[in-house]
Amino acid sequence: MASASQSKKPQKLPGDKPSWLWPLFRTSVLGFILFMLSFPIIAFFINAFAFRWFYPQLFPKNLSMDAWENIFNPASGVDLWGALSTSLFIAVTVTLVSLIIGMPTARALGMYKFKGKRIVEFLILAPIIVPGIAYVVGLNINFLQLGLASSVFGVMLVHLIPVMPYVVLTLSGVFANYNADFELQARTLGAGPIATFYHVTLPAIFPGLVVSGLFAFLVSWSQYILTLLIGGGKVQTIPLLVFTAATSGNNARAAAISLVFIAPAVLILILTSRFLSGRSGAIGGLGKV
Amino acid sequence: MTHVVFDQLTKIYPGADFKAVDDVTLDIPSGRLVAFLGPSGCGKTTMLKMITGLLRPTQGSITFDGENILGVPAEKRGAVMVFQNHLLFPYMSVGDNVGFGLKMRKIDKKVIEKRVDDMLELVKLPGVAKRRPNQLSGGQQQRVALARALITDPRVLLLDEPLSNLDAHLRDEMRGLILSIQRDLDVTTIFVTHDQEEAVLLADQIALIFDGKLVQYAPSTEFYERPISERGARFFGGLNFVPGTRQGNMVKTSIGSFQIATQGYEQAPEGDVMLTIRPERVQIVSQPADTNCITAKVSNTIYMGTHTRFKVQVQDDIEIEAARGDFTGSIETGDTVSVHFPEKRIWVVPRDS
Repeated sequence: MASASQSKKPQKLPGDKPSWLWPLFRTSVLGFILFMLSFPIIAFFINAFAFRWFYPQLFPKNLSMDAWENIFNPASGVDLWGALSTSLFIAVTVTLVSLIIGMPTARALGMYKFKGKRIVEFLILAPIIVPGIAYVVGLNINFLQLGLASSVFGVMLVHLIPVMPYVVLTLSGVFANYNADFELQARTLGAGPIATFYHVTLPAIFPGLVVSGLFAFLVSWSQYILTLLIGGGKVQTIPLLVFTAATSGNNARAAAISLVFIAPAVLILILTSRFLSGRSGAIGGLGKV
Repeated sequence: MTHVVFDQLTKIYPGADFKAVDDVTLDIPSGRLVAFLGPSGCGKTTMLKMITGLLRPTQGSITFDGENILGVPAEKRGAVMVFQNHLLFPYMSVGDNVGFGLKMRKIDKKVIEKRVDDMLELVKLPGVAKRRPNQLSGGQQQRVALARALITDPRVLLLDEPLSNLDAHLRDEMRGLILSIQRDLDVTTIFVTHDQEEAVLLADQIALIFDGKLVQYAPSTEFYERPISERGARFFGGLNFVPGTRQGNMVKTSIGSFQIATQGYEQAPEGDVMLTIRPERVQIVSQPADTNCITAKVSNTIYMGTHTRFKVQVQDDIEIEAARGDFTGSIETGDTVSVHFPEKRIWVVPRDS
């Protein structure tokens, strides 16, 4: 026991490196990563509140709320509320649908062995490997023939393609650690199939469900190319507005819309962060990728 | 309370080319405690799952009090199973776990609380309702699982290896608890086990199952004294088997002829048989008796604490084991001894082909 505790916390010996070196190194690496991740967002913030910020000024001379008044004013030609509600509606619906389809798929993949399982797994992963632009052009023709192009419904369908791999992967990890005997136990205790799902299955997989729902939402929320091509410009989501603003050269407006675009994602991430910790096992499936 | 009958029950799993349960006909009288005993994979758990409704038999029927229950869904059968690993719902308190069955029946909360307390009292765990399952020991979790099953007033109680996961002293405690509760509530109880000791400790009747087939269904003493197959006898710790031929009250073997008692052998096979005698019944005697006595050399003595086992070599290929509780250390390896088979203790079984 004594040797084990010693190996965990080595005693300081003469000639050892000073004990502040390691914490310093750790803190600076962490600080660097945080800076690299947050720097673009800081730039967005400054841009969104700046009044004519041009090179070579390091910081804007004057601040203003012009960009914000502009994007929330329908007269400006930017339909932010419309895009926000369209984006939300699509992302939430896609999330729910993907979970409903993904749950049985993931259960089968996580719990059972069957012929052709590897092929099924590969096909489910395929949308992560194949870029959206590669299939969406062809798909657009089919959607046009089926009358699905330029519709919110069509956009939702096409969003499901990149969303499903994430949902199925996360959930199959959950089901790999899931003991279905709990369901049998509930049945013999008098719970019908629906009550069993509600009282037994759902609480057991809930953390995984939240995490995969989060992935689904974020993947759908940030789709640009699929929405643009299938929506045909008729379905305006937030990423499309960001792109239009960015290409029109209005940096303040682009930055303000970008912040609106990021906000829900950050909010959801904060609300669900406790489910993301490795201990819940909810993202165990990612280990399989 | 419930009289359970299997009639030609057969189960073939989809894609399997063997019968997991093969033509089992069995009658379990109301209020009995019956063990399904057999090695793992013999089909005993499959039988349990068919009673609960978690599996559908391929053929045959199961009746409760004469009523065929195969069409009744699992949640309405009243056949409650307690799994080997307790399966307490981890995100519910102990009280909510116990009350689960009543909650499913939409019974009033106050009533459930009262019944939960009563049930925890019954399994000798009062006052733990507010705790989480993982705050209890394995033995306590098992008792909570039992309480959760009993609260629904089951028609049939099914236990999967109820004593296997427990330490020796907890085994005795749990055994006592199950027996007393089973007698008090008079609930028909079936449990499965691969451990003949567990079966003998608990059950009124044992159904011995090999390869999906019911081999013998009898009170536990029968399995020790009157097995009906060599494999069954071996499963219950039978070690001495000598091929021979039975004619009337005589069994002729290569190590000599043995006289068997005149009564109690009406059901035993004649002709080519296997003579068997339990190690505890073999006597090592100082004075050779006139009958049923052979001389042999002690090849090994094993001190087992409560008794000592002697292996005696009768012939090159025939070894007899004797167990003696009162061993005083006077017999040693290499000694030549007289071994006596009491005529009432010899038994014969058909030879396994």
